[in-house]
Amino acid sequence: MKYLQLVWAALLRRKMRTLFTLLSVVAAFLLFGLLDSVRGAFAGAGSSVNGLNRLVTISKITFTMQLPKSLLERYRAVPGVADVTYANWFGGIYQDPKNFFANEAVSPNFIDAYPEWRLSAAQRAAFRNTRTGAVVGARLAQQFHWKIGDRIPLQGTIFPQKDGNNTWTFDLVGIYTVADPKQKAQENALLFNWDYFDEARAFGNGSVGWYVVRVADPARADAIAQAIDAISVNSDHETKTQSERAFQLAFVSQFGDIGLIVGAIMAAVFFTLVLLTGNTMAQAVRERIPELAILKTIGFTSGSVLGLLLAEAVLLLVCGGVIGLLLAGSVAAGLEAAAGFVFPPIVSSLAVWARSLGLMLLIGVVVGALPAYRGLRLRVVDALAGR
Amino acid sequence: MNTLVHLQNVSKTYTRGVQKVEVLHGINLDIAAGDFVALMGPSGSGKTTLLNLIGGLDAPSGGSIDVGGERIDQLSENALAKWRSAHVGFVFQFYNLLATLSARRNVELPLLLTRLSGAQRRARADIALQLVGLADRAAHKPGELSGGQQQRVAIARAIVSDPALLVCDEPTGDLDRQSAAEVLTLLQQLNRDHGKTVIIVTHDPKAAEFARHTVYLDKGALADAGVRPAA
Repeated sequence: MKYLQLVWAALLRRKMRTLFTLLSVVAAFLLFGLLDSVRGAFAGAGSSVNGLNRLVTISKITFTMQLPKSLLERYRAVPGVADVTYANWFGGIYQDPKNFFANEAVSPNFIDAYPEWRLSAAQRAAFRNTRTGAVVGARLAQQFHWKIGDRIPLQGTIFPQKDGNNTWTFDLVGIYTVADPKQKAQENALLFNWDYFDEARAFGNGSVGWYVVRVADPARADAIAQAIDAISVNSDHETKTQSERAFQLAFVSQFGDIGLIVGAIMAAVFFTLVLLTGNTMAQAVRERIPELAILKTIGFTSGSVLGLLLAEAVLLLVCGGVIGLLLAGSVAAGLEAAAGFVFPPIVSSLAVWARSLGLMLLIGVVVGALPAYRGLRLRVVDALAGR
Repeated sequence: MNTLVHLQNVSKTYTRGVQKVEVLHGINLDIAAGDFVALMGPSGSGKTTLLNLIGGLDAPSGGSIDVGGERIDQLSENALAKWRSAHVGFVFQFYNLLATLSARRNVELPLLLTRLSGAQRRARADIALQLVGLADRAAHKPGELSGGQQQRVAIARAIVSDPALLVCDEPTGDLDRQSAAEVLTLLQQLNRDHGKTVIIVTHDPKAAEFARHTVYLDKGALADAGVRPAA
């Protein structure tokens, strides 16, 4: 700790240069914190333990192809299946297309499949008993200032009604919450009764978008998935049943290989950072050769000087990195609030911090290595003589 | 008086490209503990090289150097660094203070290598600054001090760890006449009142007058009889 004053003194020698270098480090780690959070969130999509006992069955051809509702009872008959629910993507717009949120027609027991969602028994009953009833997540209700009893009109983008009307109006009968703060993005959804939807829509009646199958024993999930898919084999509606996690991963992979994209961006950012900070450090050490010579003269060993120079680079990286990550945490929280239901939750996790700290130390050592080596090899008499 | 510095047949050769330049040769010199010696001679005569060898900043190419009973020419680089921190104080022509540190922090620097606590380091630095007459400028940074004051801070830094030997390379070379006289008087006091052995390199005969003895170097060898009492 007693050497910290020397390290600080060196960093403060050229305040503006240090400030600009610090800002570049802040920017790099702000970007890293955000992108790594997003990558981690996408990689961990559906990894919540709540989804371990849920399977999702979709058309084998494409997610958007409908499946017959008649499969419902056959799925319920598969040994090991605890319950089956179903849903249909609606894709309605509330007032303005920029007000995007997930809205789906769901079966009466759909919410029962998600015990992590909290909805009072009275509101649950109201949802079952109200033909035009809808429930929304608390975040969505807060965003649009909705309250129980409100009528919510959605403009259909896929499904018009039989009478040609494209406006679907729902009665808000319940507001659900999600306890896990990391899963709060699930509160950005509106769910309404599938029966109302199926009776009123102009086409596709009697078909569902996907089934959610609850299994009694998660250890038997693979066997049950195979049994479900076997029901439709060689039919015109072959299915693909997978765990909720695999389904969500497949869904988000539509956006591209997030890991590869994030990795490529970060590699470019950190490569630039290494060049920039390395150049700054080299310049700073070059200017301080007489000072370093004095330190050696009064008894600092070459190893101590090497350590001081490395500490200087690492301190700069750690300070900038921590500020960048703290900023990333705030921005990530904002993104999480803004993200729709279909996105996995975005978090600035401990893992991101751990990876970032590792990177700060690594980059600090890399950019400090060359100047520090110069300090190590410095000959006092040459330096004092200006050679 | 006991001999503090004993040089026997010391030589120093530098390599410049493919050429070897013998800067010092056959130097035999004894400096007594408590002496104040001025090293004089024309440019290129080897004064600074000799001072660097005595101060343990450089190693001789031949011969032996004994300071305070220790063969410093046989010490490793790290051992030599530790030896310097304990036994030698350095003063240079251009002060070489760290610009971002206060005078007190600059003086404290050598004490960072000791086991002293922060409070003890600070107390000793204040005493050293008091000795050089700059107690009231302890919080000032070098840029806020005059050249003479900066050199006195450098002297405080040199004596703060209480070394037996002070080596000064042109300590007044960058100062006006009055500041130079103040610095030399200070060195004289440290020699006379505190028993420090002082060796200074100087071109200035007036500066050499403050020393007890003068050593003349010419073309890498001691001129005439070597050590002579100052005029």
